[in-house]
Amino acid sequence: MTGASIPAPDAHDSIALGRLPAPAEPPAGGDWPEDRPRRIVTPRSAADRVFRGVLRCAGVAVLVITGLIALFLILRAGGALRKAGPSFFTTQSWIPAANRFGIAAVLPDGAIIAIIALAIAVPVALGTAVFISEYAPVRLRRTLIAVVDLMAAVPSIIYGLWGVFFLQPRVIGSIRWVAENLGFIPVFRVRGEHTSSSFTTSTFIAGLVVSLMVIPIIASICREVFSQAPVGEREAAYALGANRWGMVRTVVLPYGRGGIIGATMLGFGRAMGETIAIALIVSPTYLLATHIFENSGMSIAALIALRYQESTPEMLSALMAAGLVLFLITLLVNALASIVVSRSRSGAETE
Amino acid sequence: MTVEFVNPSGAGRHAADAGVVDGIGGLRPADPAPPDVTAELPGGPVPGSPPPVDVTAQWPGGSVPPDRPLVGLESRDVSAWFGTHKVLERVSLRMRPGEVTALIGPSGCGKSTYLRILNRMHEMVRGASLAGEVLLDGQDIYRPDRQPAQVRRRIGMVFQKPNPFPAMSIYDNVASGLKLAGIKVANKDALVETSLRRAGLWNEVRSRLRAPGGALSGGQQQRLCIARSLAVSPDVLLMDEPCSALDPTSTRRVEDTIAELQGQVTIVIVTHNMQQAARVSQSCAFFLATHDTPGHIVEAGQTRGIFEDPQDSRTADYVHGRFG
Repeated sequence: MTGASIPAPDAHDSIALGRLPAPAEPPAGGDWPEDRPRRIVTPRSAADRVFRGVLRCAGVAVLVITGLIALFLILRAGGALRKAGPSFFTTQSWIPAANRFGIAAVLPDGAIIAIIALAIAVPVALGTAVFISEYAPVRLRRTLIAVVDLMAAVPSIIYGLWGVFFLQPRVIGSIRWVAENLGFIPVFRVRGEHTSSSFTTSTFIAGLVVSLMVIPIIASICREVFSQAPVGEREAAYALGANRWGMVRTVVLPYGRGGIIGATMLGFGRAMGETIAIALIVSPTYLLATHIFENSGMSIAALIALRYQESTPEMLSALMAAGLVLFLITLLVNALASIVVSRSRSGAETE
Repeated sequence: MTVEFVNPSGAGRHAADAGVVDGIGGLRPADPAPPDVTAELPGGPVPGSPPPVDVTAQWPGGSVPPDRPLVGLESRDVSAWFGTHKVLERVSLRMRPGEVTALIGPSGCGKSTYLRILNRMHEMVRGASLAGEVLLDGQDIYRPDRQPAQVRRRIGMVFQKPNPFPAMSIYDNVASGLKLAGIKVANKDALVETSLRRAGLWNEVRSRLRAPGGALSGGQQQRLCIARSLAVSPDVLLMDEPCSALDPTSTRRVEDTIAELQGQVTIVIVTHNMQQAARVSQSCAFFLATHDTPGHIVEAGQTRGIFEDPQDSRTADYVHGRFG
């Protein structure tokens, strides 16, 4: 037996472990020592204090600036909101001089453009991200990452110009085909006489161009998340006889789900705020764009950009009110996105 | 009375021998003819082990016939490199059908690399290459027309760190291999139950099969991984230090599971734990690498022989804890 070399239990009971016998009575001449949590003071070095101070200022500054923007918008929008009242949320036109203005058309139109953009961008971006992180050979992977990042850095005016002068004339044919063959679906119908210009300047084309700006954001976040999928789980899938797609489906995509959702919402925020490309493409109608291929569409950001120059103070206040709505929606979407991302498992290992 | 097989020094030699005799002798006679293995093990409990869970559960839908022939694995002159660094040299080893073969040796001697070569996981590491052949049932698994996924379906693997799919339920974890490999079974519930029973986990999870696999304890996760591997009914199960991340109780449960599986599936286990090798294996291979020689097998044979009467002095030193 090996137990022989271990000292007998009683030999090290109180001595070896240094355990004190519990006192039965208070120490002589006094009370029990206090039995409650004691204050723990952590002294900090001077350098640490300075560093903390600087960082705290930076952190607070972000909050202050955001708050000031909100305050500014609320103050400047106040006049128009008081004048318009609840009709601000129900009016489908923008004639501040006649006191007929509201976001009932521009807000949903902007959202429609954003949704079209996401419907195109999310599948493409996901495919790009999976290809880059799981399939591409190393050298191609580096190139693709660089190209995707470059895509994100292209100014939106460039996308806008490219969309108007290059893309739009080339997609009209396809759009016309869809509108004429699938026109029985209300969303795809184009009303009125069909000329080639009746398929241009639509929310769909705006969405298509905006999707190009959103793709790199979503692809880049998803790729990052996918590449962190735990090696152990990947190997587990392979060891069970999975091929690569099976592994991606079982391990990488479930792991990246939170990242995908978060990236999509960030993309939505970006698409909602997109200004110049939409302003270049759509023909402002201030009507709800229920038919995505028709000349129509607007977004709050594009509205502000288009109407800012010609504005009187009242008109400016109306634009500020629209801007406030956009600000709040973007804030909400981004907050939701970050909650989703932080609550997901992405970035965490097993256990 | 089980003698603990831990003392490496002095009279330890004798104690160790006693431990081996107790461990192995308790499992099986010293010189088992292969038919004995199949005849004896699947049915009856192993003497000296705690009462096993019921492994005689019905096989589902006839997808895995209980009397399926056991398949052995053999490597011939397997060498391996990472880049230009050679880590294994001419490893030839027969892993007999239905037996547990333990690979022992100090860290960095190439045991894990060798194990990963046995189911084509090695080639997934960038810069990895190998020479030689690995024969499953006499057929080279590296033949150009064999797909790695097909090979891995027949040669399962349990990893050092438990790696269940954490968001998947326990049930789905066990069934995941079927889905991944595209296997259709008539009665999935029964297969999941059988697999969990064989892995010794059924009684602990039967009431919460829908709970996520990631919520189990480490030892339970490891047995879930074993169940998951068994569900695709592999011919061979490779285990890469399956207990090194587990506490002693969980280790014991996993070892019991291995003892249950012996005779049903060919098992190759890498372990750093000498007692474990002595307890669970019938055959044993001692790997060694030094700074100028890549990993190779110093000695291989019956576990009892390796532990009681090693032919090489380095083996004797290692199994008695004098280095490594």
